[in-house]
Amino acid sequence: MSEATLLEVRELQTEFVTEEGIIPAVNGISLHVSKGETLALVGESGCGKSITSLSILGLIAEPGRVTGGKVLLEGRNLLHLSRKEMRRVRGQEISMIFQEPMTSLNPVFTIGNQIGESVRRHLRLNRKQARAKSVEMLELVGIAHADKVVDYFPHQLSGGMRQRVMIAIALSCSPKLLIADEPTTALDVTIQAQILELIARLSKTLDTGVILITHDLGVVAEMADRVAVMYAGEIVEEASVEALFEQPLHPYTQGLLKSLPSIEGLQDELYSIPGTVPNLLDKPPGCLFAPRCPYADGLCATVRPLLEERRDQHRVRCHHACKEERL
Amino acid sequence: MGKYIYRTVLQIVPVLFIISLIVFILVHVTGDPVNLMLPDTATPEEREILTAALGLDQPLYIQYGLYMKNLLSGDFGTSFRYNESALPIVLERLPASFELAGAAMLIAVVLAVPLGILSAVKRNSLLDLILSSISVLGKAMPNFWVGIMLILLFSVSLGMLPVSGRGTLQHLVLPAITLGTGVSVEMMRLIRSSMLEILGQDYIRTARSKGLWETVVINKHALRNALIPVVTITALQLTNLVSGALVTETVFAWPGMGQLLVQAVYTHDMAIVQAAVFVIALMVIFVNLASDIVYGLLDPRIKYR
Repeated sequence: MSEATLLEVRELQTEFVTEEGIIPAVNGISLHVSKGETLALVGESGCGKSITSLSILGLIAEPGRVTGGKVLLEGRNLLHLSRKEMRRVRGQEISMIFQEPMTSLNPVFTIGNQIGESVRRHLRLNRKQARAKSVEMLELVGIAHADKVVDYFPHQLSGGMRQRVMIAIALSCSPKLLIADEPTTALDVTIQAQILELIARLSKTLDTGVILITHDLGVVAEMADRVAVMYAGEIVEEASVEALFEQPLHPYTQGLLKSLPSIEGLQDELYSIPGTVPNLLDKPPGCLFAPRCPYADGLCATVRPLLEERRDQHRVRCHHACKEERL
Repeated sequence: MGKYIYRTVLQIVPVLFIISLIVFILVHVTGDPVNLMLPDTATPEEREILTAALGLDQPLYIQYGLYMKNLLSGDFGTSFRYNESALPIVLERLPASFELAGAAMLIAVVLAVPLGILSAVKRNSLLDLILSSISVLGKAMPNFWVGIMLILLFSVSLGMLPVSGRGTLQHLVLPAITLGTGVSVEMMRLIRSSMLEILGQDYIRTARSKGLWETVVINKHALRNALIPVVTITALQLTNLVSGALVTETVFAWPGMGQLLVQAVYTHDMAIVQAAVFVIALMVIFVNLASDIVYGLLDPRIKYR
């Protein structure tokens, strides 16, 4: 770990207790983010991306619970903090942007109120200062007539505007880490680019570390410095964005990349990875991806592979990773 | 907003007209006041004289026309029992009814809001189970029974509070509790379910992600939203408060409009019944208007045009 490491997650375990049994939604995730760096967390729906981020923030609600691992923010284990201390971390040191801008803002309070309560709580500003800060933040995220919009209610804004407001709230206390959970999924394509560009620009200016959760590999290529690919609650591959796109080592990552539509060469049908994600209540004993993997053999079916560094800063969880390079 | 209120007030006119019609019909199909006013020994001549004096020998539509004409001038007729104009008698009882209803509402809100929130926040806990059981029990116990039990316990056995009547604050305690708890159990269930729905919303997660105190998340972000449906439904609950007041006032001999109305129905004192029903209808309409206004204040998405 370099000195600039901001967040380090080690062997994080989060489980959900259900009537059918215990679901290990996040199973031994390890990742790290440096200052000013953007880490993309990629995977299909239900692979545990959002649960990972909520676990980092300590926002896992019943019947879920974090059962193991460490979440180190500048060396301090967040999992050991009291609720009170954790509340100080949330919003001030780590903040989060959610997927649904339409429902993530409280409909009965003004924009200014919702930005303001964050800065009043964490930066101890008074009402007047909080309002000025709110206007300043709205201007920062590129909202015109910020001094008017500050008195608007969420329903008076479009989805893209609301997401800008969410970003304004998230960045208002200059957090060290920003977690953006599919921030553009619910937005129009044209707005998506603006929002992503905004997050990228602000994180560079403020030297904020970013965890970008997405299932959109196009967004990853555009935004991320490093990528961690998740599958069924585990990280299966982690590499720099260049390495991952040039030479994906895990068959799941290869499948994801292959299923991207390409401009060159007309395809009749998009590639899709055969099979479905395994039931987490009844995991296969070996590699979790084995039932869907074209290269799976007897070893894969019985022995769980470890996440190993196969190349410089390129880790992969696959028995046959080196073989697949050639494929 | 002003326009909305103006239009709503205009809408009251046809509503009142329909209510007057219903009251008129009900009064005329439920019995003959002449039978009640005269002793059994009265001669047919005496009956005819009284019938004519009351205008009851006229055809129904003429009677209705007369009734409407009087109504428009605020005259609900003369009470057979008090031999006075009906409306002032009814209005005279209003302060007592307001006093009871206000105290009951206060008790209902003071109990229902915190307990409903607590029940939702501690969902599925032992506390929630106990509160839910109490609210089901409260709903199952009729007002008159609760009233009688309270009288037996606090007035008869313990001698702490007066049995009935109005005057001091002590007189108010038992009827207000009887009426208030009845309304509050329903309200508590509403607040609980409304809060539960709100607590699952995305913006509650946003509020928590900002590191706000849990009390701020609950009492500001959740409660303000949860109150929106509660206000509307509480206004509809007003009918329960009115009907509950009829029973409660009777049980405690509380000299309010409810007691007056019940007695008037017993004695077929139709002028009083008409006036009382009319006043109640007006009150219900105005409370609904007020709840619309509060609704607009709570929820900025609502715009009245």
